[in-house]
Amino acid sequence: MTEPPQQHYLELSENPVQFEHASSVNNVFFDEANKQVFAVRSGGATGVVVKGPDDKSSVAFRMDDKGEVKCIKFSIGNKILAVQRTSKSVDFINFIPDYPHTEFSQECKTKNANVLGFCWTNWNEIVFITDQGIEFYQVFPDKRSLKLLKNQSINVNWYQYCPETAVILLSTTVQGNILQPFAFRNGTMSKMSKFEIELPVIPKPAKLSLSERDIAMATIYGQLYVMYLKHHSRTANSPSAEVVLYHLPREGACKKSHVLKLNTTGKFALNIVDNLVVVHHQSSQTSLIFDINLKEPDCAVNTHQPVLPARSIHPYRMPLAGPAVVPSQPPVPCQLYSSSWSVFQPDIIISASEGYLWYLQVKLHPTVNLLQDKGKLMDFLLRRRDCKMVILSVCSQILEGGVKGSLPVVATVFDKLNQVYKEYLEAEQSYTVAMESGPSRGSAAQKRPVRTQAVIDQSDMYTHVLSSFTERKEVSHKFVIAVLMEYIRSLNQHQITVQHYLYELVIKTLVQHNLFYMLHQFLQYHVLSDSKPLACLLLSLESTYPPAHQLSLDMLKRLSTANDEIVEVLLSKQQVLGALRFIRSVGGHDNVSARKFLDAARQTGDQMLFYTVFRSFQQRNQRLRGSPAFNPGEHCD
Amino acid sequence: MALSVSVTAMQEKQYTPSLLSFFIYNPTFGPREGEEEKKILFYHPSDIEKNEKIRNVGLCEAIVQFTRTFCPTKPAKSLHTQKNRQFFFEPEDNFWIVMVVRNPMIEKPNKDGKPPTIEYQEEEILDTVYGAVVRQCYSMYKLFNGTFGRAMEAGGVELLTQKLEKFFYRYLQTLHLQSCDLLDVFGGISFFPLDKMTYLKIQSFVNRVEESLSLIKYTAFLYNDQLIWSGLEQDDMRILYKYLTTSLFPRHSEPELAGRDSPLRPEVAGNLLHYGRFLTGPTNLKDPEAKFRFPKIFVTAEDGYEELHLIVYKAMSAAACFMISASVELTRDFCEQLDGLVGPQLTLLASDICEQFTINRRISGPEKEPQFKFIYFNHMNLAEKSTIHMRKTASVCLTSVHPDLMKILGDINCDFARVDEDEEIIVKAMTDYWVVGKKSDQRELYVILNQKNANLIEVNEEVKRLCATQFNNIFFLD
Repeated sequence: MTEPPQQHYLELSENPVQFEHASSVNNVFFDEANKQVFAVRSGGATGVVVKGPDDKSSVAFRMDDKGEVKCIKFSIGNKILAVQRTSKSVDFINFIPDYPHTEFSQECKTKNANVLGFCWTNWNEIVFITDQGIEFYQVFPDKRSLKLLKNQSINVNWYQYCPETAVILLSTTVQGNILQPFAFRNGTMSKMSKFEIELPVIPKPAKLSLSERDIAMATIYGQLYVMYLKHHSRTANSPSAEVVLYHLPREGACKKSHVLKLNTTGKFALNIVDNLVVVHHQSSQTSLIFDINLKEPDCAVNTHQPVLPARSIHPYRMPLAGPAVVPSQPPVPCQLYSSSWSVFQPDIIISASEGYLWYLQVKLHPTVNLLQDKGKLMDFLLRRRDCKMVILSVCSQILEGGVKGSLPVVATVFDKLNQVYKEYLEAEQSYTVAMESGPSRGSAAQKRPVRTQAVIDQSDMYTHVLSSFTERKEVSHKFVIAVLMEYIRSLNQHQITVQHYLYELVIKTLVQHNLFYMLHQFLQYHVLSDSKPLACLLLSLESTYPPAHQLSLDMLKRLSTANDEIVEVLLSKQQVLGALRFIRSVGGHDNVSARKFLDAARQTGDQMLFYTVFRSFQQRNQRLRGSPAFNPGEHCD
Repeated sequence: MALSVSVTAMQEKQYTPSLLSFFIYNPTFGPREGEEEKKILFYHPSDIEKNEKIRNVGLCEAIVQFTRTFCPTKPAKSLHTQKNRQFFFEPEDNFWIVMVVRNPMIEKPNKDGKPPTIEYQEEEILDTVYGAVVRQCYSMYKLFNGTFGRAMEAGGVELLTQKLEKFFYRYLQTLHLQSCDLLDVFGGISFFPLDKMTYLKIQSFVNRVEESLSLIKYTAFLYNDQLIWSGLEQDDMRILYKYLTTSLFPRHSEPELAGRDSPLRPEVAGNLLHYGRFLTGPTNLKDPEAKFRFPKIFVTAEDGYEELHLIVYKAMSAAACFMISASVELTRDFCEQLDGLVGPQLTLLASDICEQFTINRRISGPEKEPQFKFIYFNHMNLAEKSTIHMRKTASVCLTSVHPDLMKILGDINCDFARVDEDEEIIVKAMTDYWVVGKKSDQRELYVILNQKNANLIEVNEEVKRLCATQFNNIFFLD
């Protein structure tokens, strides 16, 4: 926040994974499932260095050079290494200690088929994708053999794999635009319903028209989507490129669900960061972000414009201490959007020529000034992972501005925050209820709700926004009160119980500016809910505002659990008879301490009053114990 | 005068109390002999002969001066005579307002063409009620003109007499002395019962309007002639409320009651979005001749008083009063802006409130509707509630009980005023009525029960029941 306004809302991770850059002797591979980079020198003979997102998943080893490596991947947990060197077979090496380390090999079952690639779906389950279908195997590392679990014949142009959901997508037919997904789970393979990507132009004669580069799979807001980068075409009626999202549910048909308007043409690449679709545009060296859950009021349903204006990724400098393997590299600014970049899902950018792997990240602070519509900004921020402090700072900013007409904005923002807050409270409550009613029944269904950063509760608002805001001298008290009332209104509207400290803040502000009549009216309409602390606070105001006494007594009366306090208040006002009548009316006369009343009566100096009170207690004693005498414990002798 | 009414039938004729004269003087303005007329600042009726005016003023002056010797701090408040009663009030130093009320009387016809006998009922009217009426007269003048002192500063006696003439000439015609009662003593405010959420919505509305039209200094919000929100201080609101509910609103609601649209409201072509209209200021915004002049009022401020434009804007049953510093000139532009902003929102709010109100009514059920006739007043917030009084109109204030009972209520109130402590008074009136007065802290409650053969204990129980159902959420000592 101390830096001048920044416009770059995307950045490369500060700690990239560094590896030996690709060269004639060093081949580099990336495994999306384990997010590991393999640097294979001389076919593995002079070493394979595996770098993962953390040190644990980094490994270095040697293997025999048995020809050019086409594809190399560890199974989940680095248990088994699979290497493809020919188009017919895949080789395996055990990495489990105590298991034989000798390589073993598996040829594809289908005759004359070429293996396009393979994917691990588990630590010991692997899928071969050939041009004629897919083969699903279980690997037995101890026996150094594989068992075919299932296979499916189908003509395949190319394939994509989404490791998160273990779904493989196959491009079939001549044009390649019929996509067939398969899902894998615990040794089973299920065929999902296939679907067709609408091509901008139907080529004649038919030829492969859907490129692997234009399709990506990713989960957004917990749902699997196939993203299709639809380029603009001169013949079809589409002035600029767009990204079409197909929703791929576990069950049921795949549906075209969202269209992201890119409003430009050229070369694009896609990433998913924090449930945002990021579209990189190479020629302009900028990126756009889309949020498919943001409703666009002025667009047709599910057509989205970029959330923010296009900006480039934040400039990146290679760390001064360059990678040890290339010590001569100067600390130069990194060339962004380089043609040597490869982009992987969901959020990975790799520069093979420079030996860097970055994670793409969204910075929320710069978005604040780029999105003028604060309601939309809140919708956007509330869906982001690390949003809390940014949201709170936006709240402070709106309140600080004191721009004319900002109250409706404040109201909208509060309502949006409290909607999320309320949903969380409700989930929490139904969870508690379910737990109390016995965890035996359907306990699996009830999961403790996760409190995301988007849940901004009253204490967050109080600590980070409201308490400092109310102390600001330059803000008019009118505005302060309006804002507090707006927040209380919003909480009430969402049926959220307002915390006492907010009422205290309101009262403090009103008292500071001598607005007692306003306070009186708020209490009259029960805007400040009854509570003992509030009643006590009111009592303390009596010296500056006498009516507070009545307000306080009324409140204690309504609480119906504060009879003792009422008696104390009346006695302190020397209203001994009133106190006595009150305690009788609520039926507490028999148990009350006589001494307290007699003391108060004596203090008035009114002998008649003292006598009356004394007689009243004697009568009570007579009724209770048959004698007018007091119990010794009552100290009334 | 009413005495000239001749009665042919052989029956008694009853005359209610009426205004005989009303005058304002300042003894320091004509201290020397021969200059007495200069003391008189206003005199009603104006057609009284000069010397009589001087005589009457002199008499009042003498009474006040004479009684002062007995109690210098509390000058005389009223003078009882057989035919009339005089009320004295010194609102500002040396400025005296005097109101002379003719006692109610009964005219008994005599046989043989003799003039009828007149019986004055000198004990039937209450000092507290008419004393309050005089004070109200002054408060109302002050609301629209500021203090007497202010007029003196601005333009001397000449301006003051002009202002008094202009104001009281019309105002005195609206005094209905025959229907003054306990409620005038209280000068309370009826608050509209409302749930918290709807109340907060109104808060939100007021705050938004004040924020976007920053000229607005204070806002008051009413529904069904009952107050919901006041940005003004209590005492200012009290008199403004009086003006709104007894003068401004009745004047505008009568055309509505007559079942047709207000003739003041033109068809707002092409804008059916709202029902908002100005009750003060321009009647038709579209009229190119429209004047954007609003009544000015004076309210207390930190340094004395401030002068404000009073804009009263109404949509259906909801009325919002916006007050703007009088130093600002209000333009067509501003009024259009206000109309465009407030109209739709106020219309929406009005229907929200109406809806909530009917829901609450249905929930609370008809059994909560009081079968009791009572008047409640809280000195603390001036809240007043009466099931005795019918709807107030511009001309009369109707009560559903006999004036005798109202008199008893007034008497009980006087008793309460005398002591500080909480007390309860139960009166058995003629005609089988019981009247109960209760005072607890700053609250007063008066109940009229019509139960034949009820005894004291039963009446007491009945009142307890009323308190438990109607006033269960306040601290009210039994």
